[in-house]
Amino acid sequence: MADDSDLLLEVNDLKMYFPIQKGLLRRTTGYVKAVDGVSLSIKKGETLGLVGESGCGKTTTGRCIVRVYQPTEGEIVFHDEGEAVNLNLLARQELKAFRRNMQMIFQDPFSSLNPRMTVLELVGEPLLAHGIARGQELEDRVAEMVNAVGLKVEHLPRYPHSFSGGQRQRIGIARALVQRPKLVVCDEPVSALDVSVQSQVVNLLQDLQSELDLTYLFVAHDMSVVRQVSNRIAVMYVGKLVEVAESEELLRNPKHPYSETLLSAVPRPNPHHAMQRLSLEGEPADPANAPPGCAFHPRCRYMEDICQNEVPELTELTPGRHVACHFADQLQLQGIDYSASIQS
Amino acid sequence: MTESVRHEAGPAVEAAESADVSDREKQELYTASQRQLIWRRFRRHRLAQVSIVMLALLYVLAAFAEFIAPYETSHDFKGFVYAPPAKIHLFDEDGFVGPFVYGLKGGRDESYQRIFEEVKEEQYPVRLFVRGDSYEFWGLFETDLHLFGVGEEGQIFLFGTDRLGRDLFSRVIYGTRISLTIGLVGVFLSFVLGLIIGGISGYFGGVVDEVIQRLIDLLVSIPQLPLWMALAAAVPREWDSIQTYFAITVVLSIVGWAGLARTVRGRLLSLREEDFTVAARVSGVSEWRIITKHLLPLFASYIVVAITLSVPGMIIGETSLSFIGLGIQPPAVSWGTLLQDSQMIANVALHPWLLIPALFVIVTVLMFNFMGDGLRDAADPYSIN
Amino acid sequence: MASDTLLEIKDLMTHFHLQEGIVRAVDGVSFEVRRGQTLGIIGESGCGKSVTAHSILRLVPSPPGNIVNGEILLHRGENGNGDGLVDLAQLDPRGADIRAIRGAEISMVFQEPMTSFGPMHTIGNQIIESILLHQEGVDGSEARELAIENLRRVGIPRAEQIVDAYPHQLSGGMRQRAMIAMALSCSPRLLIADEPTTALDVTIQAQILELMTALQDEYGMAVIFITHNLGVIAEVADEVAVMYLGRIVEQAGVNELFDNPQHPYTQGLLNSIPHIDEAKLARLRAIEGVVPDPYDIPSGCAFSDRCPSFMPGKCDSAMPDLAATGPEHRVRCFLYSEAEEIVTEVADG
Repeated sequence: MADDSDLLLEVNDLKMYFPIQKGLLRRTTGYVKAVDGVSLSIKKGETLGLVGESGCGKTTTGRCIVRVYQPTEGEIVFHDEGEAVNLNLLARQELKAFRRNMQMIFQDPFSSLNPRMTVLELVGEPLLAHGIARGQELEDRVAEMVNAVGLKVEHLPRYPHSFSGGQRQRIGIARALVQRPKLVVCDEPVSALDVSVQSQVVNLLQDLQSELDLTYLFVAHDMSVVRQVSNRIAVMYVGKLVEVAESEELLRNPKHPYSETLLSAVPRPNPHHAMQRLSLEGEPADPANAPPGCAFHPRCRYMEDICQNEVPELTELTPGRHVACHFADQLQLQGIDYSASIQS
Repeated sequence: MTESVRHEAGPAVEAAESADVSDREKQELYTASQRQLIWRRFRRHRLAQVSIVMLALLYVLAAFAEFIAPYETSHDFKGFVYAPPAKIHLFDEDGFVGPFVYGLKGGRDESYQRIFEEVKEEQYPVRLFVRGDSYEFWGLFETDLHLFGVGEEGQIFLFGTDRLGRDLFSRVIYGTRISLTIGLVGVFLSFVLGLIIGGISGYFGGVVDEVIQRLIDLLVSIPQLPLWMALAAAVPREWDSIQTYFAITVVLSIVGWAGLARTVRGRLLSLREEDFTVAARVSGVSEWRIITKHLLPLFASYIVVAITLSVPGMIIGETSLSFIGLGIQPPAVSWGTLLQDSQMIANVALHPWLLIPALFVIVTVLMFNFMGDGLRDAADPYSIN
Repeated sequence: MASDTLLEIKDLMTHFHLQEGIVRAVDGVSFEVRRGQTLGIIGESGCGKSVTAHSILRLVPSPPGNIVNGEILLHRGENGNGDGLVDLAQLDPRGADIRAIRGAEISMVFQEPMTSFGPMHTIGNQIIESILLHQEGVDGSEARELAIENLRRVGIPRAEQIVDAYPHQLSGGMRQRAMIAMALSCSPRLLIADEPTTALDVTIQAQILELMTALQDEYGMAVIFITHNLGVIAEVADEVAVMYLGRIVEQAGVNELFDNPQHPYTQGLLNSIPHIDEAKLARLRAIEGVVPDPYDIPSGCAFSDRCPSFMPGKCDSAMPDLAATGPEHRVRCFLYSEAEEIVTEVADG
């Protein structure tokens, strides 16, 4: 991987298995392998987009990184001012203090805010919890943060019920950023919002990133939004990464058949766009019962015998581009054709 | 809470009326806490509001039973066995004289049925604050003042009398005391049990949770009435009425906690997974603060609703047990014991007023259910959207 | 009126009377749906697109909702049903007339198929019930055959087994296919699709859109397609109506609308979304502000408080009319009120 000095986060072989329990005795009959061996690294100040369809494990990956879940296996190493901190080795109290560095923005602007707390209480809570500020200082810092996300000081005594979805998402962003984290996991931060509000929030996240020197893991299913915010994109399918690449490179020239179909499926707001869609048969595999070999093989148009038996490893094809496909270097896949759209 | 209530008129208020008034109202709405919003929504529920007033009245009756009832529970009027409900008259042959009752003369008709006739010559005006049976008010002082009555000479039996000639109205009023409080005390006990056991179950999870849940399964699978009966039958006969009262509440809550414990556990589990608790945890907020600041307040409204809706079950429980003679023991009076007299169909056919206590049970249960419904609708934090 | 008109809505107003006040969810909407064509309705939450659809089938819960004005004319026409024009707005929402139309002549596909299928009955039984209800002279076993045939047509594998499955046993995509099969079981002339792909993944969404286009060609039905996704609308619609706060603000053929958007709201929407097949912008060109509270709509043009071309004294004083700016293009905006006069002159001359 890239040289260590500008790395912020390294995830090595992360696994998160949820047991399936059945019967009176809660015997474990199997596991939902939500995340099954994910390795990735995020550089300081960059945005890594994590895309995939529902159930592919992208949200679980994000939640493991901020330690909402205790992962089943794997290492999460945080590079904090020249020091490598292995989150698995932190004691409870140390982890609690370390949480300042990693925050999360949630998808649902309704359920992620306690309806019984005012904006001041919501945004101020992390400061209180870490003993960063109290009293007037707390109020000042909250006011400053609330201004930064585009809300006003007079909003502080209000309760969440008086805000629209977009405004609530701003409150959620203020809560996540008020303690000046280094890494923010954005879990589908705009997908529950109205179209006209989505772009506002995307812009806000980008502005705040440069102002506050933030690093994002941007988890989403919408390829166009992910591409807008990300420097690099990681594509996930049934618990595993299938491709990681610099974002424009991935769009123009996908190397994994799943990335190809995912790009092709994005509906284009352009009625002249010729229907050259690759039709993708079937549905995503069940992470409790993934097919052997490459999990994508039942839906893959380029499937060969080897795909049914051997799991392809995520390997570096060219510098900075990792693909998990047996035929990554042979396939000629179709990406986004920019020449056509620029003419029209 | 008053400031939020003014909003009633709604934003349909004409804009001309004054922009800053509606701005202030809006500001009040925006800063209205969850509690205020719940109260506001509850106020829209007319039926629930009526219920709350009626229940409050019933509890007032219970609190001031000695004063409101014209007679003592054990005051038996010889010669007035099974007297029908009194007719209150306003006019006699000469015209308006104000409320009064005629004297009653008992006798038997040709088929030896008991009949009562009004004696037109004897008029007893109904007066307020009359002297009558003496009692000790709340154990504080002795008095013989009653809200209303007709004095020593006449008798007023609003709901008629029972087989010993005791005034049914007075007994119903006294019965209110036991019947209504047993519901509250019973629910309180089962709530404490349910909260502790359900909390343990939901918080620790795993094997503890499993064992407790199976125990609850077992408990709720036993039909309630036989279980009540078995437990109530074990209460020693020689206990006095206060001891029996508490024994019966314990019996009721032993059966009742299971449902509440399950509610508590389920709610706790789902709230623990809510995004805002996750958000708080990610922010480094301590578990203790998450429980006290995030979980409990949200929880409280559900608990209030659950409690309100389980009070009627308790009331019916007491009534049923007392009805079959396993609950409150005479001379203590509850609606259930009063209904014992109506066990025989012949009795009811001849003296239908013996069923009046059942009417009280029905109304109370309905009122509690209406109130619970209203609270439930109001407590849903997102219904405003 | 052109003979290929299937549904004609005139000045429809559906209002909700709530404690907080009156919500004018649909406030004067007029459009036409032609046979075999797809009308796309696009808009953000609260714009009234779903309420419009529900009003057509009289599914708006009443109280609190009421159709307070307007006509919803269904042209039954030459197909031999006899009575020609029916005004759905005049029918009793619980009456036999509207029930005979629902599912038979007009059917609907919802966003979340799980909630539109009853959980206690198999998919097959629900389709069979619909067939038996609306098609005369079909017996039980024939209906079952038809149901299987319908499921097969929407691309459900092993249809003869899936017919006995319960809704929860199917994945989201399969459930939506089954929902479409049910909606099409009586060959309706109009299908209303209310955000049918919003709950689905992109690859599944692509499948469903493809399926719907193919089925429309096969059955020749008209479709009202409701969505908030500009990409989806560009793909499926022949004509597009853009709604904002209960009114249509712009209506045009799909190519015309995307090539030559005229209303500042439409322009804003198209500009604000990230376009995957164009060069990446440093910053998205967002529309300012938020969709107003339904109780607190600005006076004049409802979009005036967010509009970059806002003209003080004009836009905040009156609501502009939806006026023609071209042969198949109508816009509700004062920026084009001169154009409107020219067009009327041309029409007169």
